[in-house]
Amino acid sequence: MATTAPRPTVAGALHDRLVKFAERVTTPLVPADYLDIIDPLRSGAALRGRILDIHPETRDAVTVVIKPGRGWRGHTPGQYVRIGIDVDGVRQWRAYSLTSETTRADGCIAITTKAIPGGAVSNHLVRHATAGTIVQLEQASGEFTLSHPVPPKILFLIAGSGITPVMGMLRNMTDAGSDIVVLHSAPTAHDVIFGAELKLMASEGRIRLLERHTDTAGILDVSRLADIVDDFAERQTWACGPAGLLDALEQRFAQDGIADRLHTERFRPTIIATGDGGTVTFAKTGTVVDADGSQTLLDAGEAAGVLMPSGCRMGICFGCVAPLRQGAVRDLRTGQVTNAADGVVIQTCISAAAGACDIDL
Amino acid sequence: MTTLHSTQGSSQADPAGHLTSEDIENLGRELDAIRAEVIASRGERDAAYIRRVITGQRKLELTSRAILLFSLFPPAWIAGTAGLSISKIVENMEIGHNVLHGQWDWMRDNTIHSTTWEWDSASPSEMWKHSHNELHHTYTNVLGKDHDLGYGIMRVDEGQKWMPLYLAQPLWNFINACLFQYGIAAYDLEIGKQLKGRGDKAEFRRNGKKVLAKVRRHVTRDYVLHPLLSGPSALTTVTANLTANLVRNLWTHSVIMCGHFPEGVQTFEKTSIDGETRGQWYLRQMLGSANISGTPLLHFMTGNLSFQIEHHLFPDLPSNRYAEIAPQVQELFGRYGLTYVSGSLPKQVASAWKKVFTLSLPNDFARKAREAATTAVAHASVTTSVTRAVFGTSTISTEAA
Repeated sequence: MATTAPRPTVAGALHDRLVKFAERVTTPLVPADYLDIIDPLRSGAALRGRILDIHPETRDAVTVVIKPGRGWRGHTPGQYVRIGIDVDGVRQWRAYSLTSETTRADGCIAITTKAIPGGAVSNHLVRHATAGTIVQLEQASGEFTLSHPVPPKILFLIAGSGITPVMGMLRNMTDAGSDIVVLHSAPTAHDVIFGAELKLMASEGRIRLLERHTDTAGILDVSRLADIVDDFAERQTWACGPAGLLDALEQRFAQDGIADRLHTERFRPTIIATGDGGTVTFAKTGTVVDADGSQTLLDAGEAAGVLMPSGCRMGICFGCVAPLRQGAVRDLRTGQVTNAADGVVIQTCISAAAGACDIDL
Repeated sequence: MTTLHSTQGSSQADPAGHLTSEDIENLGRELDAIRAEVIASRGERDAAYIRRVITGQRKLELTSRAILLFSLFPPAWIAGTAGLSISKIVENMEIGHNVLHGQWDWMRDNTIHSTTWEWDSASPSEMWKHSHNELHHTYTNVLGKDHDLGYGIMRVDEGQKWMPLYLAQPLWNFINACLFQYGIAAYDLEIGKQLKGRGDKAEFRRNGKKVLAKVRRHVTRDYVLHPLLSGPSALTTVTANLTANLVRNLWTHSVIMCGHFPEGVQTFEKTSIDGETRGQWYLRQMLGSANISGTPLLHFMTGNLSFQIEHHLFPDLPSNRYAEIAPQVQELFGRYGLTYVSGSLPKQVASAWKKVFTLSLPNDFARKAREAATTAVAHASVTTSVTRAVFGTSTISTEAA
């Protein structure tokens, strides 16, 4: 694919000259280091946002409204945003689905977070975070979006916090005109995030809402899906929820020969294969860590103070790849072992040491 | 039984001679516990501290440089120079030195990290980290291995061999103090090694290029660009920046001298660190460092290097914690019968300079000069005896320490 560079303009060349001059004036820092003190949300800065509001949705979920920096390029409903937030002084990165309307007058974005037991960031957002906090952002990404043209019959099959990307889509589908079924599972009625809003949409005829409370009705049995949504095979299905549900759905749809009608979004990678671990050497910094077989190289490195590039932390975006110089690592999702060789790169977020290994970070 | 063998002249006893191996290992465990406590409690408060310091320093620098655009007016010159001096000192000491030690790497912020920070000093960060973190902190005060003991241009311990060039070491020390940021860069380049014909020539050339490039950038910034931006105040901005750099050099040099030169600090033989245990390493750091006592403001302006002992025990713990653990560390000194060397800034600086003066002469110079004079008087021919004594076969200058 050929790309053409923008033609240099006089204004562009002058701008470059000014930037270079400014860099020479601020050395060893860059102008951004000073400008960030004045306006961290300006265009041209590293992408950040300011938390404007945090309000509860359920007893353990909140919606966080963020004013993004002027470099924010918008999002497609269903996508997620990576947020870097300081928890107990440590910068943590997580991905959250965007639940806001793309046409918000105030230009803000919103995410909705449910506190996971033991989750550092989710619990911080739900219980401690305050308005005014500056967070780091990355541009929206993700493929869990509506296809175009919008299908005439849609099934949103969601559970727990899996409702968030779907809410992001529903709120932006006011004039879709499609036949939409929302099958949602949550432990009790009180745990349904956006419960009232969904009921309102149902009463307006925008969706047909099927709400399951698993505490009383039990976990959804995918093999009996037709009993609940009799024409599910005719619908395009977007599913988001626990790994077990998504695994079962993928199997069912594949068996029925309609795998192309199922779109899933996973929040967690499925870990199935752990091994013995080993000593990990981070070559560039000389840091050596003893990692066990279930600890990702990313976690091990971060805990030891190594600056580790990362992305989705689930093996999808390849933002964490690093060269494997020596030894072997195991893919925690599949058990596959990769040995070091010239040019071999591995994803640190889903790999664990398989014996002693040397990473070029 | 192995005890740490320190040297402090033949007349003084080993200050740790009363400790058994077990004592030393227990000491190590107690220090490990202090370290673990700090690491477990590191969090939001500490992160907020360093962020506040960095933001404050940058605001001060911006303001000072802006004021200096009008440096032609004496009040502006004074205010801007004072502010810029303080800003440079804080950037070098409380921020730069500590960030480059990795004290803030735990925050996982790539803008405040030892692998990405470039400090406002002539020596490139990577080179300084090697000579400081890797060499000085590993071989602290070991004669022949820790070249911070005199930086190769001075003699600061009787265990170091005397050479005629050291006669002028008060002058070298003063020159180094005035040009300290360049002195550090030259030291990190290991110029001394090159002059002796040792050291990797290719690496020296590579590093030399990096140093020259950084020096060029900084000199251009301070003595060309900012003056240019000042228009009619150009010349006064030059003098202001010269002064600020000088003040930073003199202050940092003085503080750093206080770390290991004052009276009471121990040095160590090369062989004494063979097979050194963790406990023994801790002990060497305790005996080889000296603190400066003073107000919180003093501690801040020294980059908390006034807690040199605590810093040498735990170089990678956040600097704001040193003041908090100092009482516990001091208590350990007391309980293990060790001397916690500390004094006010004037006292410690004077002590360090005194050493620079006295050791510019060979060891026991006063005694030997007196003996020569006494011998000469006892013989009839005063002139020849004194002459022979001073310039003849038994000249003092050939007696090695």
